[in-house]
Amino acid sequence: MSVLPYLDVGLALLVVAVAAWTVAARALFASVVSYVAYGLLLAFVWIRLYAPDVALTEAAVGGGVTGVLLITAGKRLGALHDIGPDVRPGVGLKLLTGVLAALVAGALASVILLLPDPPPSLAPEASAAIDSAGAGLGNPITAVLMSYRSFDTMLEKIVLVLAVAGVWSMTADEAWGRAPSPFRRSRPYAPTIFLAQMLAPIGTLIGIHVFWTGANAPGGAFQGGALLAAIWIITMMARLAEPPRVDARWLRMALVAGPAVFLVNGLTGEFVAGSFFAYPPSVAKPIILFIEAFMVLSIAVALPMLVAGPSSEGSDQ
Amino acid sequence: MNPSVIAGLTGATLVGLGLYGFILHPHPLRKLLAFNLIGSGVFLVFGIVARRGAAAGFRFDPVPQAMVITGIVVAFAASAVAVALILRLSAANSDLSLDPDARAEPSDGEGP
Repeated sequence: MSVLPYLDVGLALLVVAVAAWTVAARALFASVVSYVAYGLLLAFVWIRLYAPDVALTEAAVGGGVTGVLLITAGKRLGALHDIGPDVRPGVGLKLLTGVLAALVAGALASVILLLPDPPPSLAPEASAAIDSAGAGLGNPITAVLMSYRSFDTMLEKIVLVLAVAGVWSMTADEAWGRAPSPFRRSRPYAPTIFLAQMLAPIGTLIGIHVFWTGANAPGGAFQGGALLAAIWIITMMARLAEPPRVDARWLRMALVAGPAVFLVNGLTGEFVAGSFFAYPPSVAKPIILFIEAFMVLSIAVALPMLVAGPSSEGSDQ
Repeated sequence: MNPSVIAGLTGATLVGLGLYGFILHPHPLRKLLAFNLIGSGVFLVFGIVARRGAAAGFRFDPVPQAMVITGIVVAFAASAVAVALILRLSAANSDLSLDPDARAEPSDGEGP
């Protein structure tokens, strides 16, 4: 008898319990820490669904970087008690909301139990498209992201650039063009500095490896880029590096490099291979890796800039 | 029950929990966290669609999985913009509450 079904149920209960704590915890900090743990547990659920690529992304972006974003935001707000106890919702509203939430969850659950059989699938089409255009890619997810659905992936890169523009546009007039405020004002502890110094070279190597191996095994540009982004965030937290000025030319070039290279290659495909975003099959893999390398760069720069926030006054000294 | 049904029901529960927190929490950052819970629940439901769509020699349908990866990154980008908006709101207004009645009272300037 296999023990896996019990593990599945146990994992599901654990995920739901940690999610409930994220909602129920009184302090914002406890809630954020619980959310990070939740992201890591969810990664295990994704592995059980045969989705190691999603698991890597969820652990790195969904849990890790989002956690840093919210902890930093909570610290910058300074006061976690801005809202007095008088605005806490009453019992009636709680009950009503609970019923509504239960109804929505129940409706979703019943849909899941009644999903059509045999299930619809785009796998055969994707497989055919991958074989013709994404020649030499052993990882079907990377092939879908970079070949079969490459337009989606390019637009997603543009969304990242737009998000950075959105965050920067929150800058106060006086502060425009300066650097975002540092991740911590006080001097970092020695262990933080040591950890950053230890992790930076190893993490950089692992990030590049995850990107490179993503062509044939779980991994890819998103996951590798997110790892590199995390390393940069850690070095900024240890004050080994400071956030760059937002009007720095290299920073802006790095931000748009990913979508720009992607777009140029897509347009070239129009003339060389006969359609927008088509690659000549003989050189498909090198082209895809070339585009992905610039995507990694853009992701590794965009995510820390999103966490660092708009530039602030007096952050230049 | 197979793993994908369990994961799907987990996703449905997460959407319910997130919705509850999203409506009831007065603090905007808590609302954002709850909204992310809803999002990951939806991704999980989409994930079991991917798992069930196993065909053509794959153990999963790669198209929904690729879309979930894209979705996680876009959700993070949206969260970052939301955080920037919240911080700007708190800088412009010492009161963070989204409740219009609570806002009407003059605050005693305990903002950052």
